[in-house]
Amino acid sequence: MKITGKVIKYGDNVDTDVIIPARYLNTSDPKELACHCMEDLDKTFVKRVQKGDIMVGGYNFGCGSSREHAPIAIKESGIACVIAKSFARIFYRNSINTGLAIVEYDGDINEGDMVEVNFDTGVIKNLTTGVEGTFPPFPEFLKNIIEKGGLLPSMKSN
Amino acid sequence: MAMTMSQKILASHAGKDKVVAGELIMADLDLVLGNDVTSPVAIKEFEKAGCDCVFNKDKIALVMDHFTPNKDIKAAEQTKIVRDFAGKKDITHYYDVGEMGVEHALLPEKGLVVAGDLVIGADSHTCTYGALGAFSTGVGSTDMAVGMAYGKAWFKVPSAIKFNLTGKPKKWVSGKDIILHIIGKIGVDGALYKSMEFTGDGVKNLTIDDRFTICNMAIEAGAKNGIFPVDDITLEYIANHSTKKPVVFEADKDAKYDEVYDIDLSKIEPTVAFPHLPSNTRTFDKIGDIKIDQVVIGSCTNGRYSDFEIAAKILKGKKVAKGVRVIIIPATQKIFLDMAVNGLTKIFVDAGCAVSTPTCGPCLGGHMGILAKGERSLATTNRNFVGRMGHPESEVYLCSPAVAAASAITGKITSPVGL
Repeated sequence: MKITGKVIKYGDNVDTDVIIPARYLNTSDPKELACHCMEDLDKTFVKRVQKGDIMVGGYNFGCGSSREHAPIAIKESGIACVIAKSFARIFYRNSINTGLAIVEYDGDINEGDMVEVNFDTGVIKNLTTGVEGTFPPFPEFLKNIIEKGGLLPSMKSN
Repeated sequence: MAMTMSQKILASHAGKDKVVAGELIMADLDLVLGNDVTSPVAIKEFEKAGCDCVFNKDKIALVMDHFTPNKDIKAAEQTKIVRDFAGKKDITHYYDVGEMGVEHALLPEKGLVVAGDLVIGADSHTCTYGALGAFSTGVGSTDMAVGMAYGKAWFKVPSAIKFNLTGKPKKWVSGKDIILHIIGKIGVDGALYKSMEFTGDGVKNLTIDDRFTICNMAIEAGAKNGIFPVDDITLEYIANHSTKKPVVFEADKDAKYDEVYDIDLSKIEPTVAFPHLPSNTRTFDKIGDIKIDQVVIGSCTNGRYSDFEIAAKILKGKKVAKGVRVIIIPATQKIFLDMAVNGLTKIFVDAGCAVSTPTCGPCLGGHMGILAKGERSLATTNRNFVGRMGHPESEVYLCSPAVAAASAITGKITSPVGL
């Protein structure tokens, strides 16, 4: 799998309260959630995000609440992949379980860069700056979940 | 290889003699928890996947606590999804308005978690039950759906950080000050993916409620779980609340830890976390004059009876400062009733506080105390992220019940020391 997209960049400790504020958790409809994605951090996000864009964060991306509404809102908003220097653990497993592509990578990426992520080779290419880097592949156990389309289908097939 | 306490509980539930940090395992669960925000998503996934039966109707707890009593039509619809599911599947531990409480105060009180258990909950503060010597951790709704269907969850076995506690906390210093102090020291990702294992001579000087508060906020340091060793205090609590038999696990003496911190409890001062991270902590020598609009005492972190005893001691015979709204939220129906019977409710109402039915409410900016633009709340809750209690330009400061009560009287952030 290869994803190429334009980068929308945020800083460290992006928490799930800013990804999807709790005042919108009275619904679980992905489309409604996506309308408010990142609202408390960046009101322009929902207007400027394009299908296939890549979200980049710093350390501890997705910290805080366990709300699965957070990866659901990001995915539904059109983001194809989230790259961060590190992920908070519940967000990490929620992303795998729900099929949002995520990559741990600490190379320099800037707002607006075009970036290519190759999940088969574990190579990230920044097409704007020309910088190339690698990221560790998922262990087989998690690859199986992703390939089966999420945790529930993978449990069913086993 | 030697194992930590957390690793031993995981190994026993995965049917293995040994596990090592980093290993991915599938383990059997003793309890699966969800609330009115996370359960509807889990139920949708459960049904979408064509699952029919739950693995065990006695090992699922559904607690309607976040937006209840329902704050609006949409929230009511979400709760109804869970109520209908619980009815259809005959879920034993379904708790709705009138019986429910804030989940992480309610489950131990009902005796649903004991030492040695493996618990997942679709709520990040599920790590609270480590206070009882259980391995418990927060997950998402899909994990909850799988847990309900199969009674299993996957785990990456965590490494651990050891916190060697010594000494005895000073007067007015409680579990909240201790965990805020620790998070201030190691940061909001200081324990990312890891267990926080608390041990040492100082443990005996911490009440079970102190331990609940400390484990509750392990997630605010990024931890997978927080856990205390099982001692007489733990066993007494379990005996008084549960009919389940506790299983005691101990870390191996030569277990490996990524880091070891020595924490002298007698040196910890009342501590406040400033916006917008729980790690942004200060003691009163560096706090200054900070006026507040609201005080909230409650939540899964500090909504237990002993928390209100401390607050009532300070507020007895006093009045809250003019212009400050003080909201008291007992975490369970039992705590609500005990407060009324023992005169605490009268102390609070006489002082000018509002006393609410149990709810997570304002902690997550749901209802029952939302902040306007520019307003500031001092709260015994667990998170002070941007917009956590209302308007994105409002502020939340985190503290203990003692600091919250002292500040309610003065209208600015105030130390209880010397009152």
